[in-house]
Amino acid sequence: MLSPTQILDQYYLEARRDLLEIAALLDRYDAARLRDGADDGNHVQRDILRRALTHLADSETPSGERTSTLLELFAET
Amino acid sequence: MQIIQPHYHAIARTTQDYERMAMSGVVAVCEPAFWAGYDRRHAETFIDYFVQISEFEPTRAAQYGIRHFCWVALNPKEAEDPGLTREVLDAMPEFLDKPTCLGVGETGLHKSTKNEIDALQAHVELAMEHNQLVLIHTPHLSDKAHGTKKVLEVLDGLDIDRNRIWIDHVEEQTVKSVLDAGYWAGMTLYPITKCSPRRAIDILEKYGTERLLVNSSADWGPSDPFTLQECIFEYRLRGHSTQEAIEVFHNNPCRFLGQNPKWDIKPIRIETDTTV
Repeated sequence: MLSPTQILDQYYLEARRDLLEIAALLDRYDAARLRDGADDGNHVQRDILRRALTHLADSETPSGERTSTLLELFAET
Repeated sequence: MQIIQPHYHAIARTTQDYERMAMSGVVAVCEPAFWAGYDRRHAETFIDYFVQISEFEPTRAAQYGIRHFCWVALNPKEAEDPGLTREVLDAMPEFLDKPTCLGVGETGLHKSTKNEIDALQAHVELAMEHNQLVLIHTPHLSDKAHGTKKVLEVLDGLDIDRNRIWIDHVEEQTVKSVLDAGYWAGMTLYPITKCSPRRAIDILEKYGTERLLVNSSADWGPSDPFTLQECIFEYRLRGHSTQEAIEVFHNNPCRFLGQNPKWDIKPIRIETDTTV
């Protein structure tokens, strides 16, 4: 099994890429709302994503449970 | 749809790339001089490399109906030996005269050291003396914003034609400064460490298509020339027309590269676009 340092060395850049994709998705969403000027009131998926990101950023989250917690969150849709 | 791959390191790829690119609409590739994965020690090694990309590689591409063009330069990662830099610069004019050589590149910065900056300046000055186009590499990852700013500062001090300079590997944090300064900007699609196809389309939608190029820079590292086709697919999925895609992925390279008369591929326009 990999050490903590090895895990970051191995997967940091992929995590960086994935976070940038999420940031770009949210920017794209905001730009579309600004451009179209329409609000259909259906932002459930956007809210789920925000809750997921907040959950990941929470340092109090029990170690090793982040993935299953997110899966439960996504199941709400 | 006809596609131009403006930045592609063919010598690091197998012939199967050419076959698949030909089948997916690629009509031309451009190969800037690149880093070999280790620092070359002799100017003669560069000279042989320049022969390979200016003489041999066009014949390999031609077997698949693809035009192959090249650029020559010493790579920024190899600029720490000023003597070697000067020897390579002295050898370059012979290759700038080759029928498929489009200009000086990729020069640029890696760690933005003094020697790199001196080499970048010397490359740009050589290009201007010989009326050549310039392709400038900007650094990777955490060095990108600082390195791009430094590139712009170096260029600010030189007597140049900004429309003849392409600054490559821009991302969200650098594209505006490059475009605002009047240069061409290139977005490089990499699976992990550079722009993604979706992010590239976001940038096109935000800044417009003028003076923007998209490439895959496929090389010997983690890279994939078909991220370019993936990008076109994403562009079309978002509702942009075939002609709009042609403008970005074929005509824009023609507009920039066509400033060198050796580039004889013209922008194309489909008569009636009913495929929106």
